[in-house]
Amino acid sequence: METLVLAEHDGKTLRRGTLCALTVARDLASRSGSKPVILLLGRELAAVRDDARRFGDVVVADHSLLARPTAERYAAVIADIIRAQGVRELVAAASTFSRDILPRVAAVVDAAMGGDVTACAAAEAERVELQRPIHAGAAMASFVLHGTPQIITVRAAAFPSAKPLPESEATCCLDWPLNADALPDRTEFVGLESRSTNRPELGEARVVVSGGRPLRSSEEFQAFVGGLADALQGAAGCTRALVDAGIAPNEWQVGQTGKVVSPELYVALGISGSVQHLAGMKNSRVIVAVNTDPDAPIFSLANYGLVGDLREIVPQLVRALAR
Amino acid sequence: MKLLVPIKRVPSADEPVRVRPDGTGIEDDGRAFMINPFDAIALEEALRIRDSHPDGGEVLAVCIGDSEVEAELRTALAMGADRGLRVACEASLDSLSVAKILAGVVRREGPAMVLAGKQAVDSDAGQAGPMLAGLLDWPQATFASVITFLEDGRVQVVRETDHGLETLRLCLPAVITADLRLNEPRYASLPAIMRARRKPIETLPVADLGIQPRSRVVQLRMEQSTMARECVRVADTDELLHRLRSEAKVI
Repeated sequence: METLVLAEHDGKTLRRGTLCALTVARDLASRSGSKPVILLLGRELAAVRDDARRFGDVVVADHSLLARPTAERYAAVIADIIRAQGVRELVAAASTFSRDILPRVAAVVDAAMGGDVTACAAAEAERVELQRPIHAGAAMASFVLHGTPQIITVRAAAFPSAKPLPESEATCCLDWPLNADALPDRTEFVGLESRSTNRPELGEARVVVSGGRPLRSSEEFQAFVGGLADALQGAAGCTRALVDAGIAPNEWQVGQTGKVVSPELYVALGISGSVQHLAGMKNSRVIVAVNTDPDAPIFSLANYGLVGDLREIVPQLVRALAR
Repeated sequence: MKLLVPIKRVPSADEPVRVRPDGTGIEDDGRAFMINPFDAIALEEALRIRDSHPDGGEVLAVCIGDSEVEAELRTALAMGADRGLRVACEASLDSLSVAKILAGVVRREGPAMVLAGKQAVDSDAGQAGPMLAGLLDWPQATFASVITFLEDGRVQVVRETDHGLETLRLCLPAVITADLRLNEPRYASLPAIMRARRKPIETLPVADLGIQPRSRVVQLRMEQSTMARECVRVADTDELLHRLRSEAKVI
């Protein structure tokens, strides 16, 4: 078990980010002629285990004490597996899940860690050159990790999703023997409050429509950003200002300190284009900017720019798309 | 309660970052620096906890670096930290080396809590906080947007995750990292800045912690990102939709 992929899942299937991490892991594992193993943690994992086995061998830690991903317990189990199995590299998608847990794992197993990787060149067996954005994406740093084990998180947007293995290829599944008594018990999970939505997940959507400061209330945000997102079957996003003002929930924030997205189409409504926001969406394939200010910085990053008031433009777009 | 807040010196956000032509780093000649904004939020929270705690306490601000980082320590003292500690270290450090140094300081100082920023806005790694928790074997809560003390001595933290707001309760001691919405950091007043000049800053050679930093994340080079695109200004929504359909083929 040289290369391990830490999976994120919704209890049924692997998240898209995990499949992108798997692409990188397959590349790394192929240097030694091996295949990555997918690590699943949680409770009642039968369904997601079946999904994961379409992509490779799986190791499963399925226990009621792992029902919630608290860093202390998850890191303890992952570190045990790394040590017991002699894992050389662990790969995961960059997310709040991995940003919380994996640095802790790295400290426990004394691993070199590189996060938010956007390029991975495994040219030589012993030396993998990685690239990651720094300074809110203003610069790219190329670096190498020394020693083993190594922990790498990758930006899902930068890599394609891994395909399932051919159906003829059999995979196996190892149930990890959890030592439940040894798990730490100093963190109590109280609850998770999430804004349920029928739209696709922000990090995985093909189209993202985001709104900025001109939107003055949640109702306006829903009407314009939500309205266009629904017309394009996309996800809704926003700038930090809207989260700070309580107009949109924090998990919709796109930017350096929020989510990094790179959909096929990103529509920026009334977003001037701060460096921090651009860091979260600049790698989108096609960017459309709508803004009343013809000199707004967002236009220098957009493929298509339309100068005007989003309150007039969005209803026109929604009507035209409905035709 | 004793609270420890690590402070990092980062380039000021007021001017764009430019990479040196030789790719070894960013242009820092004459450039302004500041406390990493998330560290300022962590410090603000530590000050509020100290001031609202019946037994009071002490807020210790810790920097790692050469003597230049003392400017940010002075700012932390002006905001209200009681003491500053600079771990003298000239080497370039990866996150795990930073966490090991901080763990050494924590073992020496014995705080009940470490409040750190969730990430530094220069390296954007966000690793040092949870690494420190792992080295100390303390509970952790990253991306905190609300911190409340419970009567049973535990601390309740609301965390900002990709899937919504998560609430945890931790036993102390613990490491907590601050997200944007935890608070609005204060500005230091002029009298506070004057007073801060007389507050103590201790310098501790990194070797005195028994640590020889050895970075295993080795940067090869840095490049300026190019973000600009050729923007087609469209006249109206009809032209926009036409181009998105026939030219960009995204809808």
